[in-house]
Amino acid sequence: MRFRSRAKTGSRDGADGAAQPPVPDPSQPPPTLVIDALGRKCPIPIIMLAERLREVPVGDVIAVLADDVAARTDIPAWCRMKSQDFVREETLPHGGWGFHIRRTY
Amino acid sequence: MTAYFDAASTEPLHPAGRAALLTALETGWADPARLYGVARGTRMLLDQARGRVAKVLGVRPDEVSFTTSGTQAVHLGMLGALHARRRVGRHLIVSAVEHSSVLHAAGTHERDGGKVTTVPVDREGRVDVAAFAEALRPDTALVCLQSANHEVGTVQPVAEVAELCRAARVPLLVDAAQSVGRMDVPSGWSLLTASAHKWGGPAGVGVLVIRKNTRWRSPLPSDEREGRRIPGFENVPGVVAAAAALEAYRAEMAADGPRLSALVDQIRAGVPRTISDVQVVGDPVVRLPHMVTFSCLYVEGEALLTELDRLGFAVSSGSSCTADTLRPSHVLEAMGVITHGNVRVSLPRGAKATDVDRFIAVLPEAVTRLRRTAGVTTP
Repeated sequence: MRFRSRAKTGSRDGADGAAQPPVPDPSQPPPTLVIDALGRKCPIPIIMLAERLREVPVGDVIAVLADDVAARTDIPAWCRMKSQDFVREETLPHGGWGFHIRRTY
Repeated sequence: MTAYFDAASTEPLHPAGRAALLTALETGWADPARLYGVARGTRMLLDQARGRVAKVLGVRPDEVSFTTSGTQAVHLGMLGALHARRRVGRHLIVSAVEHSSVLHAAGTHERDGGKVTTVPVDREGRVDVAAFAEALRPDTALVCLQSANHEVGTVQPVAEVAELCRAARVPLLVDAAQSVGRMDVPSGWSLLTASAHKWGGPAGVGVLVIRKNTRWRSPLPSDEREGRRIPGFENVPGVVAAAAALEAYRAEMAADGPRLSALVDQIRAGVPRTISDVQVVGDPVVRLPHMVTFSCLYVEGEALLTELDRLGFAVSSGSSCTADTLRPSHVLEAMGVITHGNVRVSLPRGAKATDVDRFIAVLPEAVTRLRRTAGVTTP
């Protein structure tokens, strides 16, 4: 069912624009590690994030690329649950989203 | 023997409903619009059933119409109210967590040139009353709010929203499908919808209540049945069974409701105590007595349902893989909570405490097994 016209809460920087190449934002640090979970269904992208977060130092940013729409809800919700810092979501040029998470502990 | 924990989808037929159905199939089969003996008898059964349902709902019998489903009640209630007020305006307000029947009717209204405002909810799934106040406009024709959410059980502030609507002179439609029979009907609304199979009545019977002085005009071709409100030959045996089941169910819930609520509290407390990384969602207190929903991190909803079925539990899920589309539940999404690994437990009348204990006991092992299979090593 598609009931998606509502405004979403949480930080959604650049999420609602048309497909544009992700322009590196100079005010944001580049991710230390990028995880490619494109084509994988939830909860796989979340599992990959949880498993590999330990590979980046505390304070660094990890990015997860995913195209399962559930990730748009689940990754910010996971960050809240785990007290990790959800930095932003960006739309990828060929579909899907990049989710940036800063490791806090 | 499987423990049935999916009452929010449908409640097993109540014995009082079954007995009434069998009798009415013999005595209430004739056309209630005709004038001969057996027809007058059928008409009498229909009118009595209407009176009994009206009494439980606390409304007048002539305000009650029987539909063929809760979904049809919602569709006709919404589109008829919008149709009758189209000169006032074409603006509709709904909450983000309404049942699909409400959101699909809103979609129809929008495609027909109407405007729709969707009011957001907080993390517990409760609508923002202030957002309803802000959304009201001079051209608002109708507001829709559920009595309680069908996926997470949070009870909505209907009385407060009803007060706003009364002040703005806008009708409020309350979808009460999840609460009728289990809780008192809220007050202050103009239209109310419900579904008999949720309270142990048969499938194929819905209720549409339109209060006096509420403008409503059928959006469908005219028909003489049900006070010209609902088209088609009345399902009198079904309606009679629905009324008998509602009376019996409501009476039993006075004692069984608090008992089920205590069992739900046990699940709410037990699941996060015995399983790591679980999020219990929905309001812990202001909730339906029989329902609890939680999400287990790193577990696929469908796999968990299959595993629970194997272990003897019939439950439901709002996770994407279990729905008929690949989208996750719009309710969980609107709340901003984890959508995968989701389980909804809704206890039917008479659910056994021993079954709930067994559920709490076997769940940790099932979740651990599925997490191990998925390759999760994160503590």
